Amino acid sequence: MVKFKNIASALVLSGCLFASQSFAAGGGAHLEPANIDLDNIASLQRGARNFMNYCSGCHSAQYVRFNTIGRDLELSEEQLMDNLMFNAEKTFETIRAAMPAEEAARWYGKAPPDLSLMARAKGADYVYNFLKGFYVAPESPTGVDNLVLAGTSMPHVLWELQGYQSAHFDHHENADGSVTTTFAGFEQLAEGSMDAEQFDDFVRDTVNFLAYISEPIRSERRTIGVWVLMFLIFFLILVVQLKKQIWKDVE
Amino acid sequence: MAKIESEAGKSGGSLINWIDERFPLTKTMEHHVTKYYASKNFNWWYVFGVLAFVVLAIQLLTGIFLTMNYKPAAASAFASVEYIMRDVEWGWLIRYMHSTGASFFFVVVYLHMFRAMLYGSYKKPRELIWIIGMLIFLVLMAEAFAGYLLPWGQMSYWGAQVIISLFGAIPVVGDALVEIIRGDYSISDITLNRFFALHVIVLPLILIALVFVHIVALHEVGSNNPDGIEIKKNKDASGKPIDGVAFHPYHTSKDMIAIVVFLMIFSAVVFFAPEMGGMFLEHANFEPANMTATPEHIAPVWYFTPYYAILRAVPDKLLGFILFVIAVLLPVFLPWLDRCRVKSIRYRGWMYKTALTIFVITFLALLWLGLQPAEGLYVLLARIFSLLYFMFFLLMPWYTAKDKTKPVPDRVVYHG
Repeated sequence: MVKFKNIASALVLSGCLFASQSFAAGGGAHLEPANIDLDNIASLQRGARNFMNYCSGCHSAQYVRFNTIGRDLELSEEQLMDNLMFNAEKTFETIRAAMPAEEAARWYGKAPPDLSLMARAKGADYVYNFLKGFYVAPESPTGVDNLVLAGTSMPHVLWELQGYQSAHFDHHENADGSVTTTFAGFEQLAEGSMDAEQFDDFVRDTVNFLAYISEPIRSERRTIGVWVLMFLIFFLILVVQLKKQIWKDVE
Repeated sequence: MAKIESEAGKSGGSLINWIDERFPLTKTMEHHVTKYYASKNFNWWYVFGVLAFVVLAIQLLTGIFLTMNYKPAAASAFASVEYIMRDVEWGWLIRYMHSTGASFFFVVVYLHMFRAMLYGSYKKPRELIWIIGMLIFLVLMAEAFAGYLLPWGQMSYWGAQVIISLFGAIPVVGDALVEIIRGDYSISDITLNRFFALHVIVLPLILIALVFVHIVALHEVGSNNPDGIEIKKNKDASGKPIDGVAFHPYHTSKDMIAIVVFLMIFSAVVFFAPEMGGMFLEHANFEPANMTATPEHIAPVWYFTPYYAILRAVPDKLLGFILFVIAVLLPVFLPWLDRCRVKSIRYRGWMYKTALTIFVITFLALLWLGLQPAEGLYVLLARIFSLLYFMFFLLMPWYTAKDKTKPVPDRVVYHG
């Protein structure tokens, strides 16, 4: 089952990437859907834990406050303190990276970007496929490259969980002599602590949390929107009656 | 005059009377509201003027509260918008109303202009109303363009970069002009500051003044109607047009329905799809402006893309810019390009009807093409539709004069 899912996703990816004619197309390429659910609080809580454990070492989320997370993810102040706030003392503080940005820029060549709005700028599917898309590339300084963002300076942070995989590419020579490179699939080189399905869920929860922090007000605005529309429908009935009453004598 | 004063004294008490002797309050109310007669056969195309006024009010009100929390500096603008979205009470609602309002302003204004083309509202004696309206449209474009830089996202920055650099195509003065607009050698903190000043003071003031003049001119001449008949030609003994009903309470009560329906659509976007799939808020604009990294695909917001498509369809930069400017300005001349004797499409022949249909398709096609990358088939299509766009206007004196018209009735058609 797990194997089948891997093969299937690889096929989907390769099919889509073939259509875009280039494996480095990045945002332009078709991506495997992340299937996140922003109303799933449990998933968001797991995502928050994943984020603080695996992302916040290098990445900040400078616009996101812990107390906002607590309110929306139904976590008490104690739960926030004990589980998420590793380098913060007050719940109104925002998520800072443990690593100083200048140091990071020196080590990786590029400071790790802030993640407050990443899912909104790039799309949840992009981030999901990016986190699953690391493959072994010995010529790269980090030892890995990425299928979604070729040449990324981010190392494979989740290697303990996913293990290592290699990527296979087909090189097809066109009639005009140019070569089209298409992604043919991943091959697992070393097992991680999670199987493929567990890892998919792990990444999905993390991306779900990233999508949530990119717009924390999302659920609330939809709830308010329903009430606003219900009021307007009621108000519409009133103004239609009023108009009829006033226009009664116009011939 | 004496009659008006005594009536006012009776209905409004002595305070109104006192004011009326010093300021034309009752007179103004009657002239513009309670005794402003407009045709009773207005259809739903006639609500977009009022709706444009509603959107203007939304933009001014939300704009005030945004200004209270926004910081017009390159170092803090992007963060202050996120501060509004996350930390200011109801800030997200105010911001989404403002960003959605910008797009809806153009939706409503485009439909308002199309209404004028349907019923010949720009024709004599309403040429000046039309010209003032076109000025409003131009100022609105400048206002929207200046406003789009303020969030200081990637698309704000690079969209402005592309559009401002267009002026560089003008011979001799081009480069100097670009420098004057930017106030710097590239788009910078200085550009952001002056665009903020333009967006919150200069352009809104001009906009409000023009809207005022637009309405004054309209109320002097009187509104057109779907039959294109002058209702002032048929008056009763008291001097009231027989086919007219007072703006208040008749048209106001009808407009209220339109306003509520409009607010329902507006709210649906604000609360359920504020990004509108990247059309109203572009995805790349959630990344802060970065002058060292160009986004993969730069496109202006949808309301500029019909003209942008024309610009890109021309291989030569200067010629492209000239055609872009002409495309925006051509509608100004409609009152004189249109030589048909009747106003309303109801009594026009097949030629104008066909031309207008093709024009609508052309405009929507250019809008879509302007959002696509300029490559391959898209360029060819953009050229074809650009040609059609100009042909609609340039051939108009010929086909409107030649078109067979139907007899226009003496009274407006009204079915109760």
